Amino acid sequence: MKLLTHNMLTSHVKGVMKGYPLLIKATEVKVNEVEFNPQFVSRMIPKLEWNALVQAAEELGHRQDLPGELVSDYEKDEEFLKKVHRALLEVEVIEGCLQCPESGREFPISRGIPNMLLNEDEV
Amino acid sequence: MKLKELESCLQQVDAFEEPKILLEQYPTSPHIAACMLYTIQTTFEDIEGRLVADLGCGCGVLSIGAAMLDAGLCVGFDIDDDALDIFRRNAEEFEISNVDLVQCDLCALDPDAYAEKFDTVIMNPPFGTKHNQGMDMKFLKAALTMAKTAVYSLHKTATREHIQKKANDWGVKMEVIAELRYDLPASYKFHKKKTVDIQVDFLRFSKP
Repeated sequence: MKLLTHNMLTSHVKGVMKGYPLLIKATEVKVNEVEFNPQFVSRMIPKLEWNALVQAAEELGHRQDLPGELVSDYEKDEEFLKKVHRALLEVEVIEGCLQCPESGREFPISRGIPNMLLNEDEV
Repeated sequence: MKLKELESCLQQVDAFEEPKILLEQYPTSPHIAACMLYTIQTTFEDIEGRLVADLGCGCGVLSIGAAMLDAGLCVGFDIDDDALDIFRRNAEEFEISNVDLVQCDLCALDPDAYAEKFDTVIMNPPFGTKHNQGMDMKFLKAALTMAKTAVYSLHKTATREHIQKKANDWGVKMEVIAELRYDLPASYKFHKKKTVDIQVDFLRFSKP
C-alpha cells in the first residue's frame, strides 16, 4: 500500500462518523523506485489531505523533512516535488494494519494489500 | 507504445486459475484490454499521468496495461483474495511499480467513498447475469462517484437502453465508443458450447 492510496482510504464501519485518517501500524515497509513525473505529483498535491500524508510518512519513519504546512509555489520546486513523490508513491507498507481512528477496528495489510472488507454486522 | 506492442505484452499477464461463478470472473482478453486502453489514451488522453482506478480488477490486465501507458498510478480494487494474489504476482513479474491494490466490496461502498478522487475509472465489471442481477449497475454507480473526469466500461449491448436511461438520470453523458464481440471461452461447466460470442459495448461516461 502506497501512501497516495492510504490518503484516500476511510473506515466505513457502521456508526463511525470520522473514520479518517487511518492510523498505520506497519511491521514491514519497503521503498520501491517509481519513475518521477513532476506534473503528476503537482497535480495530486492540491487533492491530498496534506496533514494525513505527513502523519502517515512520520508513522513510517519516512517523513524526510516534509513541512507540516504545504508550501506555496511548489510546482517549480523540483526538490520538494521529489520528496512528495517519494512519500506518495515509493514508500510502501508491505505488512501491518490500518486502524480506524474512531472504532479502533483494524484492517490487515498483507503482502502490500490492505483488506478493507467489512463483516456483515459492520455495514 | 504501439497498440500491437501493448497487446503482445498483455498476453503475458496470467489470468484466473479457477474462475468463480458467483463473482463472474471472466477474463478480459489481451486484445480487448489493449484496444480499450489504447483508445482511452490516444483519443481522450485519460491515462498518461492520471490517477486511475480499475474496479473489479481481477488479475490486473487493465491495470497493468494502464501502468504501461504511464498512468501516474493505477489502483486496482477487487473483493477476491485469489485474484488479487495473481494480480500482485503479475505486477512483480512485469516489474511494474505504478500500481497499487485494495481489497474491498465495491457493492457495499459508502455512497461518498473516494468521491472524485480519481481522474479516470476503467473497468470490465460483472455483466450482472445469473446470480448477480444489477451488479453491473452497482459497479457503474461506484465508478461514477469515484471518477472526476470519465469512466470507461464494458456492458452487454442488450442493456444499452437501460444504461442510457440511468446515465440520463444521473446527469452523465454516455457515448458508445465501440461495439465489440466478446469471445467468452467456456470457463464454467454450465457453458455448453466451446465459446460464446456476446455483443458488448465499450462505453465512455463523462461528467459535465
